Amino acid sequence: MAAPDHTVLEQASEWLKAGRRIAIATVVETWGSAPQPIGSQLVIDQEGNFIGSVSGGCVEGAVVTEAVDVIAAGKPKLLNFGVADETAWKVGLACGGRIGVYVEPVV
Amino acid sequence: MKRETLEQLLAARAERRAVALVTELATGTQRIVAREQAARDPLASVLDEAFRFDQSGTHDGQFVAVQNPPLRLVIIGAVHIAQAVIPIAQQAGYDIVVIDPRGAFATGARFPGVALHVEWPDEVLPQVALDQRTAMIALTHDPKIDDPALTAALKANPFYIGALGSKKTQGSRIARLKEKGFSEAEIGRIHGPIGLAIGARGAREIAIAIMAEMTRALRLGT
Repeated sequence: MAAPDHTVLEQASEWLKAGRRIAIATVVETWGSAPQPIGSQLVIDQEGNFIGSVSGGCVEGAVVTEAVDVIAAGKPKLLNFGVADETAWKVGLACGGRIGVYVEPVV
Repeated sequence: MKRETLEQLLAARAERRAVALVTELATGTQRIVAREQAARDPLASVLDEAFRFDQSGTHDGQFVAVQNPPLRLVIIGAVHIAQAVIPIAQQAGYDIVVIDPRGAFATGARFPGVALHVEWPDEVLPQVALDQRTAMIALTHDPKIDDPALTAALKANPFYIGALGSKKTQGSRIARLKEKGFSEAEIGRIHGPIGLAIGARGAREIAIAIMAEMTRALRLGT
């Protein structure tokens, strides 16, 4: 719904200029009740520092872990979180929704 | 994402150009589509809706991320209610422009961190595009300052125009604008008395009423 949070992209640009390696995670799909709208973003650096939000807290930890791998591998990855999949037992969304999060390195 | 793509997105935002980033989720291939070019894109109909409703989404494995120009709020009058509106509007994502020719009101100490113009509205507004992502509120109660701003707003296309003042003030304002040749329908675009009728008392509650009415105009077009 809302425009992407541009403080995230600005932060991404600043981190790049500071020589950090980064990835951007974006909510690309939601099903049911999801805490953050499509387009919500998180920027992550190679050490796991992050700014922004993709879920209101429930899955950020898992996204950051995957993002650090994505930065190392240099290839994007599509993640799914929700009550229906196995991951949910570890980092399920309290609201009962599902979200798809696209994690891409900035190269 | 390529670094240059990121910089292009930031540049478009700074220049208030509407663009969309289209990502093929399977391959990571990306392209930026300007709104003016959207009709010629393979995803033309999807892009058209996405831009109009400010709605990003995934279509057949392609993620369309809409980047409309940031919301902007132009405030006429560096007054107390302006001070109460600004933090709420900033939290909701608006860039703020404050215009007031009265130097005693329009000070950086009273309005830190906003674009502050100590000038008459008709001097500044020609440089501020009152476009579909911009709202304007007139808060001075002074026709010398508010009227030229409202005139400029009625000639442009902001998504919301609001004017502070009682029903009586609004009545005489309507009469003055009619004298300037505006029709009733045109003048009807001005929300006045400003804000949703929630019985607001004091600057902070009036600010909430204004932001609520502005949000309704933005999202529902009413």
